This record gives sequence, structure tokens and C-alpha cells, in this order.
Amino acid sequence: MRYLKLISIATLLTALAGCVSPPPSHDYSAFRQADPHSILVLPPLNNTPEVIAPYSVMTQMMTPIAESGFYVFPVAVVDQTFKGNGLTVANDIHQVPVKKLHDIFGADSALYINIEEYGTSYVVISSETAVTVSAKLVDLRTGEVLWQDKARASSAEQQNNNTGGGLVGMLVVAAINQIAETVSDKGFEIAAITSNRLLSSDTYNGLLYGPRSPNYGQPALSEKKQ
Amino acid sequence: MKKLIATAIVCVALTGCNNTKEPLYYYGDYNSAVYAYLKADEVSVEEQITILEQVIADAANNSKAIAPGLHAHLGMLYFDTGNAVQGIAHFETEKQLFPESVQYIDFLLKSAKGA
Repeated sequence: MRYLKLISIATLLTALAGCVSPPPSHDYSAFRQADPHSILVLPPLNNTPEVIAPYSVMTQMMTPIAESGFYVFPVAVVDQTFKGNGLTVANDIHQVPVKKLHDIFGADSALYINIEEYGTSYVVISSETAVTVSAKLVDLRTGEVLWQDKARASSAEQQNNNTGGGLVGMLVVAAINQIAETVSDKGFEIAAITSNRLLSSDTYNGLLYGPRSPNYGQPALSEKKQ
Repeated sequence: MKKLIATAIVCVALTGCNNTKEPLYYYGDYNSAVYAYLKADEVSVEEQITILEQVIADAANNSKAIAPGLHAHLGMLYFDTGNAVQGIAHFETEKQLFPESVQYIDFLLKSAKGA
């Protein structure tokens, strides 16, 4: 429950950041036209030395996808299906033809994830746990890229109060402090914030609202600002 | 104290952005259970089953919807422990709640029978 609170705080932060200084909006026309109802999260490519990073990231991707209104396939079951068919390496899975994925899973679209940064580093004055992920949503019926973006979250955001403006900075401090108080697996918690920033349809340039969302059919948050 | 101030700011900010929303689903410890399964760490499959049954019970008690994938994941855990009856039952529930899953779950059921 606490964890949900964290997610909603993270959502807020990104939403607020959107209020402060919006970057250009994505072009959602292909996404809207394809109108995917389900999203298959593929095991992520891991460009970090952290072995558990893919498990953590793919698990945390499920909630923002579901909350955005899409059917998200259960990541561990999907992982087992790939393993059972001899596909144990994410890189090989990302090479599987989209038609084959569509035939097996019946999924409209798949999320191809790349983990660029994961875990704790000690290069700065104090330690920092950060997770950076880029992702691409691909239509499994056509192979077309419907959406792509990148997001980062870090436990060190509390030390940079001035980067996102005083208000945003303070809110980040509140969210991160709560994390530090309650959990030991910081990477897993930061991955939740990263995933939410990246995907949630309640964040700027996130996914469109899916068919199971009460906001289905409405413009994305970033499209509302001219 | 800091927390209080932050909460107050959040409230003000929320009214500004008009962005409040109830979650669509109840998750409980679903994510932690999935993470534990993938890591294959100290939490046994039986314990994971207990956790997920608790999530389902809590959701029912609060009239909340079960998140997509949870019943399929639980079904897989039951199959892992050799309980095909419960495994099939939860796979069927996933299909009922989320017709988007039918093709995949049928594929899994066919594979389970073949094994």
C-alpha cells in the first residue's frame, strides 16, 4: 500500500514537472491509429553489470501499463515461456519476428526495453542509486514503432533541489526519503519510479490511455498543452 | 514535519493540475511476489502462492479489481507445485477477467497438457 503511495507520488512529480516546463509533445498519431489493447513486456536488454536489473525492471513495468488501461502480460509467465522454448537471452528474444510473437501471445504490441543504468554508484560524494531505461512500443501486427522514450530516476534527486525548481525538488525529497525509510532493495524501488515516469499515461509524454482506462480516447497529457 | 509540508504542497499542486485518480486495480504484494519468483531467491513457491492468495482475498474484501496477469502468474505457480487443478482454475479466471489473454492462456494450457 505504501508502495502504491510512492508510485502516485512519482506520478505527481512527473505531472508537476510537466506543468513547469513541458518538452515537445510526442506524435501519437500512429499509436492512436493502431489502438493496441494489450502490451507484451519482453525481457529487457541489460547494459549494466547488475544481474537482477532485468527482473526488477520488467516487474515494475507492469503496474504503469495496467494503470494506463492496457492488458499487460504477466512478465514471469512470459519469461518462462521463452525459456521453455530455448530463448534464454534477451538479445535473441528481441530478434524474434513480430509475427511469431503475435501468433504465440496474441498481443497487439510489445515493449522492447533497454536498461542503460541500474544500481548504486559511489563516484559522487555520496552514494546514488539510479535506474535509467529506454523503451520502444512496437505494433506486433505491423512491426511499426508506436511510441518510444527514456526515463531516469535517482535517489540523489534529493541533493539537487534546484534542478527542477524548488517545488519539484522538495517533492522528490519527500518521495525519496520515504523510500529510504521503508525498503532495503533500493534499485527495485527506484525502478518503480523510472517505470512510472516512462510509461504512465498520467505523465507527460507517457503512453496513451488504454481501453480499460476511464480516460480512453482522450488526448495524452502532453497533447493538451499547445 | 517535512513530510507534512510536502503533503500540503502535493495537495495544492494536485488542485492546480487536476490530476487525481483512483488506481484501476489492487496490487498488494503482487510485484514483490513476481520479483521474488524471477530472482528465485529465498522466498519459496509455496510462500509466493500464499502471498498471492492473500492479495486476491484483500482485493475481494475491499471490492477492488485484480490486476491483469495475477491469476495467470498464480496458475503458473500452482503448476510448478504439481497442482494442475488449481493451475487450470486460475488460468481460466485470467481468461474470464481479461479476454485479451485468451490466445496465450490457451497456448499455455495446450503446452501443459503436452508435458
